[in-house]
Amino acid sequence: MIEGFVALYIFMLAAFTGYEVISKVPVILHTPLMSGSNFIHGIVLVGTMVALGHAETTAQMWVGFIAVILAAGNAVGGYVVTERMLEMFKSSKGAK
Amino acid sequence: MGFIINVAYFAAAVLFIVGLKQMASPVTARRGIVWAGWGMVIATVVTFLHPEVRGFINYLLIILGIGIGGGLAWYTGKRVAMTDMPQMIALYNGMGGGAAAGIGIVALMGSYELSWTIQFIAVLGVIIGAVAFSGSLIAFAKLQGLITKSLRFDMQQKINLGVLGATVLLGIIISFSGAQVNGALLTVFLLLALAFGILMTLPIGGADMPVVISLYNALTGLAVGLKGLVLDNAALMIAGIVVGAAGTLLTQLMAKAMNRPISNVLFSHFGETSGGDQSEVTGTMKEIEASDAGVMMAFADKVIIVPGYGMAVAQAQHKIWELTQLLQERGVTVKFAIHPVAGRMPGHMNVLLAEAGVPYDIIYDLDEINSEFKTADVAIVIGANDVVNPVARSNPESPIYGMPILNADQAKNVIVIKRGKGAGFSGVENHLFFADNTRMLYGDGQKAASELISSIKEIG
Repeated sequence: MIEGFVALYIFMLAAFTGYEVISKVPVILHTPLMSGSNFIHGIVLVGTMVALGHAETTAQMWVGFIAVILAAGNAVGGYVVTERMLEMFKSSKGAK
Repeated sequence: MGFIINVAYFAAAVLFIVGLKQMASPVTARRGIVWAGWGMVIATVVTFLHPEVRGFINYLLIILGIGIGGGLAWYTGKRVAMTDMPQMIALYNGMGGGAAAGIGIVALMGSYELSWTIQFIAVLGVIIGAVAFSGSLIAFAKLQGLITKSLRFDMQQKINLGVLGATVLLGIIISFSGAQVNGALLTVFLLLALAFGILMTLPIGGADMPVVISLYNALTGLAVGLKGLVLDNAALMIAGIVVGAAGTLLTQLMAKAMNRPISNVLFSHFGETSGGDQSEVTGTMKEIEASDAGVMMAFADKVIIVPGYGMAVAQAQHKIWELTQLLQERGVTVKFAIHPVAGRMPGHMNVLLAEAGVPYDIIYDLDEINSEFKTADVAIVIGANDVVNPVARSNPESPIYGMPILNADQAKNVIVIKRGKGAGFSGVENHLFFADNTRMLYGDGQKAASELISSIKEIG
């Protein structure tokens, strides 16, 4: 169990990390980066799996099932489009 | 088993953060998404071992759900055209928001023993997730052209506020109603939250959508983080909040690049209050033939190309790159100048140019290139309009006044490739088109670029 204040610390540190990590991003990467961060919150898939795995009543299962579908769409779709965009960024020197 | 799961979630969190960091630089960006991808795979696989996941049907549904959602997203994601990328991001983001809301609903349906604080956090997560879900769907529909009108009516903001108030009130009641929440109450609550997302997004115009999508992206991150707290899952908490913070910063950066404070985007409407730009335009538009324009470019030392969304619509970026290579062979320095809002969201134009094969190191953004227009022999404006309108610098009355623009007008010669004579997205006349050093090359972007290429080839 993550205790209340420990959770608060995690939230605070994660917030600063997120802010710092992309604070110097060039404009050319805004769209791919937004897409990339969109992929990362696809981790919600893990949450939906636990929620569905834990479900007992039929109604809970239905909601959980829909949530898993949506979350998988978020994760997979986010990955595919981000990867496609970033794949195209090339330097004129031919290096990767 | 708990230990393995925790190690895996920890590794996933590290991979996400390092991956995101790498995505912030064009050199390492590709590697970044792959690393983050592995983080996701590790976290997902190990969750099958989670002690709370049990029951044959539950496992079956999980695998089926991943198959359906993942399969559909894979298929659409591989096929979508680069020009349609912004709305696809909106769609996938909305799905994440919906999933987060779903977790909250399942938890509130009594599958967990929750304290009232956690129950309140679950409620909060449902509201935020549901708003991100329905709002993103509207954003998708607007960019896809399924909804073309921005719905506005009297008392709109008061009604929206009322809906939000009712949602929050119901949420608070639910937070304190114990483990067994009334199903009908929960349904009404969810519907209200979804309705608020729709109502909030409907009046926002297409030009502001990128900022809105970015905001919903941040909101989904936040909702996911809150769900992490409900489910006692650190991977969700960290990844969700990191995205929430990064997304908030990204939203601010985009809004700043567009010179539109976030509050303006959400609560006022572009062009609504402007009385229109009444200032007199002096001069006339002067036409030029492609052959003459070709000569002008072929014998220039330095050419700066200013592409806009119009270029992408005409699918002219491949021709423009061919033109660039031709000029480079003749020893002409060619640079691309990208306005932050070129394309449909910041960075979108770079993606479109990258697709055509233009290397990113001859592409410059506004701050880097603006001082260089003075030394450029030719500036070519293709499919861009408002972003090169000098009125934004000179006329405080104009609705676009204060927006940072590319100083294309300072080049010795300006060639504007344009389909017709109309005004830009904002409806403001572009004084650049009437300037003495500007020549208009009318026609479809792709056709005009082809003509330029052949005229330069003729020079030999």
